[in-house]
Amino acid sequence: MSADLTPKGIKNNAVRPPSFWRRFGLQFGIWSVGIVMWLSFVALAPGAFTHKDIYLAFAASTPQFALMAIPLTLIVITGEIDLSFPSIMALSTCAFSECANNGISIWVSLIIGIAVGCVCGWFNGFLITKFAIPSLVITIGTQFLYAGIDLAWTNGSGVAFTDSKYNTINKLLVGNGFLNIPNQFWWTIIAAVVLWFVLNRTKFGAHIFLTGDNKTSAQLMGVNVKRVKIVTFVIMGGFSAIAGLVASFQVSYFWPTLGSGLLLNSIAAVFLGGTSVFGGTGSITGSFVGAFIIGAINAGIVASGVNAFYTQVFFGVVIVVSVLLQAIISRRIKN
Amino acid sequence: MNSLVPVIELKNVTKTFGEVRSLSGVNLQIYPGEIVGLLGDNGAGKSTLVKTIMGFHAPDAGGEIWFKGAQINGWSVAKARSLGIETIYQERALCEQQPIWRNMFMGREIKNKYGALDVKKMKEEASRLMSEHMGFTSNAVHPDNPVTTMSGGEKQGVAITRALHFEAELVILDEPTVGLSLSETKKTLDFVQNIKKSGRSAIFIDHNIFHIYPAVDRMIVLDRGKVAGMYNKSEISMDELIESMYRVARTGTLEEKK
Repeated sequence: MSADLTPKGIKNNAVRPPSFWRRFGLQFGIWSVGIVMWLSFVALAPGAFTHKDIYLAFAASTPQFALMAIPLTLIVITGEIDLSFPSIMALSTCAFSECANNGISIWVSLIIGIAVGCVCGWFNGFLITKFAIPSLVITIGTQFLYAGIDLAWTNGSGVAFTDSKYNTINKLLVGNGFLNIPNQFWWTIIAAVVLWFVLNRTKFGAHIFLTGDNKTSAQLMGVNVKRVKIVTFVIMGGFSAIAGLVASFQVSYFWPTLGSGLLLNSIAAVFLGGTSVFGGTGSITGSFVGAFIIGAINAGIVASGVNAFYTQVFFGVVIVVSVLLQAIISRRIKN
Repeated sequence: MNSLVPVIELKNVTKTFGEVRSLSGVNLQIYPGEIVGLLGDNGAGKSTLVKTIMGFHAPDAGGEIWFKGAQINGWSVAKARSLGIETIYQERALCEQQPIWRNMFMGREIKNKYGALDVKKMKEEASRLMSEHMGFTSNAVHPDNPVTTMSGGEKQGVAITRALHFEAELVILDEPTVGLSLSETKKTLDFVQNIKKSGRSAIFIDHNIFHIYPAVDRMIVLDRGKVAGMYNKSEISMDELIESMYRVARTGTLEEKK
């Protein structure tokens, strides 16, 4: 026998699982960015960051876009993108308020609002798959379309959600819940758990990965990639509607311009979380952590006493550094 | 060749892509326990024929696909696979960033009794198949490894093992030996023989007549989208076959002009 050249502890022909680093390297990146950022905030503003109030503030404000970053992850894994979800937020909340203010029961209105969101998402998915239009292009179009319908319908004026008939739904969506933490935070956790399960433990979720990895291979093996894409867009639409309601009930007012400013936050959260823009890989937990990192930056800057004009600098640095880190880690993992 | 009902039968199948007619009026039958070689030059329509049998392409109106004596309407890949037809594609049809177990159960994932994916079972099964049937010796191969880290032969191993797992009635091998080492090629040819031994059928496509001829019972020559000829192996020697393949390429007909 020649000298044994295999690494120690591994028998010849043995199969070895990928290392911890290989499997969780990317997740490690996002968590470390989050922890480093949190520690620097604690160092800069120990008063604010050792008190629970600031965390309650994150828990209240971050869900607005975390609720969209989580389903957006599914779309990005299939290799598509959605730029129209802030407009879907506005249009579906508009549908809800118009129904509720015209004598329709509040719960029926809620269902109608979510249904409008789903239909908008379906329409995106239909155009993308039926006519093979890149989602980047067509959702720029539908983004204007949905926002335009919303503005024309409301004539540009908002609606107050202060009437007593809104009380129950207000409590349910944004009231103080378990552990005195705002309910929208718990809804975000539920959304993350449910969509994690969908992505990792259902056939549909498996097909999301396959579709984004190699569409032709997936089709050759019998995956209905068009249906997969349409369903991800429908899910996105439904969640956008819920996020719209959460954002509006939080301020007890529906602004027809709802959603503007949330687009880049949500997309940044997805890419911070390690989901690949090329499709095929991604994680729900990554997007969840990414969203809270984005959410913490704003409040953190203010609480640290740094001039608020530096917020964008900080945003830029965190996003660029984490994306760089991911590029380096994923190259290391491959080799 | 026996007189049983064909596993699959194509009747008058034509496939047109825009102005290009890839297949015209193809009739063929594959019988149980039979290995059929499909020969033809580049562009003869071999891959289109395979993808039509698999339901990836729908035949033009008028073409019929029969499975075990019943005409199948609404033919699709999912349907073809559920009836027991598996293909090892030339392009391998793998999703390379995904782990081996996802590739192995691609499109036909195992579910547990609650309807959720049985990830543990799929990993165990993938691991078992790889060591039992493919004899993987590389230390780097584990069901959680992404396919992109594997060699060409190992990737082909995943594609073959996948077809094996589902115990298909009909296995189609589309140029399975391209880019493989000698020992990997031999393994693939052994796999074809095992299909026959277990009484199942296969369509074997290869550029290399020296691979095809010893492995098959019957040969179909395809030329410019048409079936140019069919031979039982007993009717033709390898030299005659090579000669007639050249003739087809030159003249478009198999028989010498008399």
